[in-house]
Amino acid sequence: MGQGTELGRVRGLGSAKEGAHHWWQQRVTAAANLFLMVWFVIAIARLSAYDYDTVKVWLSSAWVAIPMLLLILSVFWHFRLGLQVVIEDYLHHESKVAAIFALNFFVIATAAIAVFSILKVAFTAGAHV
Amino acid sequence: MATQRPIARPLSPHLSIWKWGPHMTVSILHRVTGDGMATVGTVVLVWWLAAIAGGERSYATFHFVFGEWLGGALGYLFGVGLTLSFFQHLASGIRHFVLDTGAGYELKGNRRGSMATFAFSIIATAAFWAYLLGVK
Ligand code: HEM
Repeated sequence: MGQGTELGRVRGLGSAKEGAHHWWQQRVTAAANLFLMVWFVIAIARLSAYDYDTVKVWLSSAWVAIPMLLLILSVFWHFRLGLQVVIEDYLHHESKVAAIFALNFFVIATAAIAVFSILKVAFTAGAHV
Repeated sequence: MATQRPIARPLSPHLSIWKWGPHMTVSILHRVTGDGMATVGTVVLVWWLAAIAGGERSYATFHFVFGEWLGGALGYLFGVGLTLSFFQHLASGIRHFVLDTGAGYELKGNRRGSMATFAFSIIATAAFWAYLLGVK
């Protein structure tokens, strides 16, 4: 400390003004997760079998594909927000930036694979692939 | 930097004087279960979805790894781990909603709420697997 003007020393040290928004989105996605994940767990338990034909027919129904897409969006956004907080708690400076970078890559890549897979199964149901 | 502590304010938290309580276990378990589902759970879920989309042969690989290899040991390991994590995170997540409203901070009630999350996750996991393996 002791460098520059008083204003210059405190500038940039305050809140980034995104905390409440982050906190609220964590709650909104948590509420959505509660419904979507409970549906998913019950649906998985109630499947008659876990062979290829059964799960494929199951996933290709709009009543399953659409909630699954919503589940991917809600859960992935939720854990992206959550893991950001975990990273900010334990890592600082360059390693924090690198970890947030890796987190964003991980979330976007896995979400893209999941969404593509669900859509492919739903849109090609009935066709021979 | 301020060097003198304002006398009128309480000194808190006391970093060396504390006792472990169930609320601390719930708190760290919320983080551990969330992180576990976000990493391990994501990989298993995305693999499963991609395997279905990939066709019969790619699904056979997934099915072998989790359902057949070593008698399906990996399926049970990841399945029980993820369901237990999910139910614990669900219960402690709902506890978060309650605490967010400003309720549930009295010592006894807080302790009871914490213990209830453990009871719920164990019973729900047992019920899920009993249904999967027994009832069906
Ligand atoms: C029943 C559905 C769920 C509910 C009610 C729920 C609730 C919550 C809440 C309220 C928080 C914020 C905790 C805080 O502010 O300290 C949170 C954090 C988190 N959640 Fe969830 N969640 C659910 C499902 C999931 C799922 C399915 C995942 C992962 C795939 C997940 C991963 C996380 C992670 C990584 C965090 C951050 C943990 C931390 O900061 O320590 N959650 N959850």
